[in-house]
Amino acid sequence: MLRGVFQAAVVAVVVAFGLWLWNNLQTNAETTNIPLSFDYLDQPADLTVPGNSFNQSQSVRDAIEVGFGNTIRVALAGIVLATMVGTLIGIARLSTNWLLSNLARAYVEIFRNVPLLILVVFSYSAVFLQLPRLEETDTYGGVFIPSIRGVGIVWFTTDGRGWAILAVIVVAVAAMWGAHRWRAAVQDRTGDPARGARYAIAALVVTFGAGLAVLGFPLGFTTPELQGRRIVGGITMLPEYAALLFALVVYTASHIAEIVRGSIQAVPKGQTEAASALALSGSQRMRLIILPQAMRIAVPALGNQYLNLTKNSSLAVAISYFELTKITQVSIANRAPAVPSYTLLLFLYLFLSLALSVLVNLANRRLRLVER
Amino acid sequence: MSAPVRDRGPRASTAPLAWARRHLFRNARDTAITVVTGLALAFLVFRTVRFLLFSGRWEIVRVNLRLYLYGRYPDDELWRLAVTVVVIAATGGLIAGIVARRTRAAAVKAGAHVPHPALSVRLGELVQRLWPLLVLVVLVLALTRTITPTLVTVATIGAAAVGRLVGGALPTRATFLGFALPAVLPFVLLPFLTSAQGWDDWGGLMLTLLLASVSMIACFPLGLLLALGRRSGLPAVRFIGVGVIEFFRGVPLVVLVLMSDVALGFFFPQSLLPGKVTRVIIAFTIFTAAYVAEIVRGGLQSVPRGQTEAAQALGLSPFRVTGWIVLPQALRNVIPALVGQFISLFKDTTLVFVIGFLDVLSVADAVTKQSQFDLSNFAEATAFAALLFWVGSYTLSRESQRLEKRLGVGTR
Repeated sequence: MLRGVFQAAVVAVVVAFGLWLWNNLQTNAETTNIPLSFDYLDQPADLTVPGNSFNQSQSVRDAIEVGFGNTIRVALAGIVLATMVGTLIGIARLSTNWLLSNLARAYVEIFRNVPLLILVVFSYSAVFLQLPRLEETDTYGGVFIPSIRGVGIVWFTTDGRGWAILAVIVVAVAAMWGAHRWRAAVQDRTGDPARGARYAIAALVVTFGAGLAVLGFPLGFTTPELQGRRIVGGITMLPEYAALLFALVVYTASHIAEIVRGSIQAVPKGQTEAASALALSGSQRMRLIILPQAMRIAVPALGNQYLNLTKNSSLAVAISYFELTKITQVSIANRAPAVPSYTLLLFLYLFLSLALSVLVNLANRRLRLVER
Repeated sequence: MSAPVRDRGPRASTAPLAWARRHLFRNARDTAITVVTGLALAFLVFRTVRFLLFSGRWEIVRVNLRLYLYGRYPDDELWRLAVTVVVIAATGGLIAGIVARRTRAAAVKAGAHVPHPALSVRLGELVQRLWPLLVLVVLVLALTRTITPTLVTVATIGAAAVGRLVGGALPTRATFLGFALPAVLPFVLLPFLTSAQGWDDWGGLMLTLLLASVSMIACFPLGLLLALGRRSGLPAVRFIGVGVIEFFRGVPLVVLVLMSDVALGFFFPQSLLPGKVTRVIIAFTIFTAAYVAEIVRGGLQSVPRGQTEAAQALGLSPFRVTGWIVLPQALRNVIPALVGQFISLFKDTTLVFVIGFLDVLSVADAVTKQSQFDLSNFAEATAFAALLFWVGSYTLSRESQRLEKRLGVGTR
């Protein structure tokens, strides 16, 4: 009975507070004559997005779509790169080599303790905007062209058949996984050495090669070249994109390195000793015994970092990389109503966060120790 | 990871050569790593030293040092800042003294042998703990041209020392001061400072510290409520707790900061419209409260169920079970994590840059637009801002690790 009353009281207070806010919102919207509806989404956005064919007469809805794509582009690349850099530094941190482990430690301690926004602004204004002008830059053998107008790097071409190539990759990875499973099953049955990695790589290469042959080898490379005042070929990263990506990777890698180190150290020492007793070599110990167990410990924390990186991509507002937040900010400056715009933005990020955490939970479930 | 170690004689040898062989040149691969890393390090050190001593033009920092530290606080009122800093240092010293005396008394009571290290040893320890802060202070003082900042620094250190001595000598009855002073002080010092200049016009490090500390203090009660709500047995309360926490943990702080600038005002009646700094503090508070709630929840879960059951068996009401038995133990366990959250809040205050406040980062950006400087000076201007944050954040995180060890979190 008392519980019911208390519960009702709490709900009443929260609802009353919510109503108060809603009421204020309505009153203010009327007095300032700013609408609360989402009609503005169909009006022209009146903005241009650097590096995109988006034109001014397209609607705010389309602009937000472009922003969503740009957020995904920087977040995905950031997650992949930060994981690679972070893992390397985390392992280096545990090296028996004094110099290497201390250098890794210095990296972590420096970048973990500096605000990300300073890194973003610094990497934009003090690194990528200080690159040479196009007329003065070096092309580094056509592999890499750094310039203030953008950074050109080698990229691959798909001959307009990107989806087909993607399908081939998926099939090849599936074949790799299948081969690995098959060898593991053979080993369980007969006791023969599995050699899973060799079979898996062979399956991957053969399937991928065969798939490309069927498509008529559409995959090629294109190198960036200077043509007058612009870079053609390859892929050109705008300074804004490059700066944001660089800062996100440097910062997040310092956090991931600590997670990797902590997870490896959290694997009980007995595991290493048992592996040594079985005469496994150093790399076998790491690969077969330590890392699989460390991964299990690291996944939730890594997932958290991926979430943070995705949310942190919104710092792009400070350097005008046109992702979700910047586009919303600009469209509000172009007379889109603030409250609906930001509400939509919040829910878009909430959607991204939820999608990512569903993925992380799936990974976690697969890796989790099944206890009896 | 590496080949088995061959026995190279006694392990305790600390001779430099033996040390280098063990840690740098264990085998061929190790030697290769050392050479490559060494070259990279030499390059980095060369570039850094060149930047610090030769190519960097630090004039931009020296000229604008005031802006970095306290924005546009009126010159005639600077004594208020000096008084504030000295009072805070004295209080900090006092608390440190009280804590030290209590720890010591507890250890003596438990029959442990408590050594009395010499003053020089203790000062050495202190320098080792706070060296980044000391380096920063010396650096800043080296950039000043008058004697006053140095005098204030000396007074601050003196006040801290006096506070420490007094705190260590206070009778047990006076322990309450350790809680009462920090609780009362903000309500005295803030009006004292704002009476000269309202906080909407504050800037520099002073604004950064204001945003971080006010938001942290304000978010704690809210976070506690949310955590208790999420753990509540009442479904409706739990639902609200989960909803608020997960919503604010799922959105970026920048968006909330931007909203505080242009959208939050819509939710207040015009007569109650808070100022811009208050609005951004609301954004920081709600965001951090969601994270604090999760930390506190972790602490609540770490308290063994037997504690609750024993308290219930003693006939305590649900509120007393939480307030007297569970919360004190839970909070003790999460102090280090809370410090960690405070560090990220401290760093996140830079986000006010995107809505044009004059915080440390904005100062660094703004000074490059002065007529005698330009964008090529940007590295120096931001490097100094980064240094301010790095020193604060690094010192706090090391202190928090120390605290973690002393509280024995995770050990029995």
